[in-house]
Amino acid sequence: MKYTKYVASAAGLLGLGALLVACSPAEPKLESGYDFATPETQAMQDDDFSNPGFMWVDIGAEEWATVDGEAGKSCESCHGDLSTMKGVTTSYPKYNADDKKMRALQHQINNCRTEQMKAKAWKWESDQMLGMSAIIKNQSKGMPLNVSIKGEAAPFYEKGKEFYFQRRGTLDMACKHCHIDYPGVKIRAEVLSNGLPNGFPTYRLKWQKLGSLHRRFRGCNSNIRAEPYERGSEEYTNLELFLTHRANGVAVESPSVRK
Amino acid sequence: MTYRTILSTLVGAVLCGALITSANASEYMIVDGTIPASLTGKPGDPDAGKQTAIHRQKGNCLACHVMPVPEEQFHGEIGPDLSDVGSNYSEAELRLRLVDPKALNPDTIMPAFLKVPTSEVHKKFKGKTILSAQEVEDIVAYLMTLKGSYSQ
Ligand code: HEC
Ligand code: HEC
Ligand code: HEC
Repeated sequence: MKYTKYVASAAGLLGLGALLVACSPAEPKLESGYDFATPETQAMQDDDFSNPGFMWVDIGAEEWATVDGEAGKSCESCHGDLSTMKGVTTSYPKYNADDKKMRALQHQINNCRTEQMKAKAWKWESDQMLGMSAIIKNQSKGMPLNVSIKGEAAPFYEKGKEFYFQRRGTLDMACKHCHIDYPGVKIRAEVLSNGLPNGFPTYRLKWQKLGSLHRRFRGCNSNIRAEPYERGSEEYTNLELFLTHRANGVAVESPSVRK
Repeated sequence: MTYRTILSTLVGAVLCGALITSANASEYMIVDGTIPASLTGKPGDPDAGKQTAIHRQKGNCLACHVMPVPEEQFHGEIGPDLSDVGSNYSEAELRLRLVDPKALNPDTIMPAFLKVPTSEVHKKFKGKTILSAQEVEDIVAYLMTLKGSYSQ
């Protein structure tokens, strides 16, 4: 019995320690999911030619210059070269005063499509949206994530944080039980990482496809038999804000490759 | 995949010596970090317990524990190795560990196998516990047979 109690409280302390570290301002940089991946998966990501995510980057490049919608414009008509997007996504999700809530990059892209181009919004998980978010994020590759949670963003951050630490589903676990308490530890055949957003959209070998961060959220929710939320929902956008802030300082890898 | 409708709906705060009652007839008493009495009155079947323990949609214990089950690949390492757990714990201690490990460690990642979860449960699984009372008894009987060392 003593042994159990010892293990139990040690795990508790460890969790609390990690929590304090995660919340303190002098937070050390966390390791990317890349650092937990196998050398084969890392090699696939390292080389743009072997990284299957670049098939979607090419779709994004094409869409950037494609005129669509009643305004007769392409993204390029207003924004010019894609390189103008360098550094932009490191501060997303970002508070938007018109929406009075946070915008993920995908919300911003669709806003430009519907408001600026008078074109139809793209579906969150469509090849066009995956491709466009991949190529825009790829402009910031190697730059540290740097979202703000000050001012208007603060209450949304608090909601995301609450989500992250709330137990849910039949298995009654919170995100933190896996990604804060046990990074580097094997859960069956997988090695848990810090669960960071810096590589999204990600080419997952399991999906055989590029996929959004919110798709990953749905997977992590369903695995513990919790009701998933919609991609692009406020809940997941606030969670993305919390997670991105947790990853502040970690370099953008989009599009990453993961198991 | 089919999921049984669970017999016991356990509710209430877990305190030492508190009687935990369920919606339909299953109840258990926690005494000093243990549940001394069988949940069903029927002895557990260790062979059935092993199958339930390794089943991915049931115990799925291998997600987090090394166990002496060489025929299954990839044992997780989140919790302790269970190969000698039958020498270290009593049946009554193991029963509580499975029914509600949060009674021992409120912050644990280990799921409670016989409590109805209430937070944002997927609609397919609403109102269901992970295991039935008899399945818990079977796993307890199986764990009591684990008395030795094993390396994967
Ligand atoms: C008619 C001009 C116009 C077109 C066409 C247009 N945008 Fe925009 N875009 C804007 C303006 C103006 C802003 C800044 C104001 C705002 O937030 O809406 C902006 C902002 C953005 C931002 C955010 C920049 C930041 O610093 O936060 C992104 C990303 C973006 N657009 C992407 C796109 C993409 C992708 C397309 C094509 C699908 C596109 N835009 C088409 C005018 C346009
Ligand atoms: C039962 C454990 C578990 C829980 C609980 C869990 N995840 Fe995960 N998650 C995993 C596993 C396993 C992976 C794949 C390996 C890895 O990167 O950790 C993963 C991967 C991820 C990734 C991708 C990381 C990358 O580098 O590509 C993100 C992001 C993520 N999880 C976020 C979350 C969020 C947010 C929650 C809460 C809603 C959550 N996870 C809950 C197990 C879990
Ligand atoms: C999601 C991970 C997870 C799963 C699944 C899991 N456990 Fe555990 N288990 C743990 C952890 C972590 C501990 C360490 C104590 C704690 O944190 O509560 C533990 C502790 C134990 C202990 C006490 C062992 C000791 O030496 O102190 C037993 C017995 C046990 N688990 C049995 C099981 C059985 C049987 C199953 C399957 C029916 C199972 N566990 C499923 C994570 C898990």
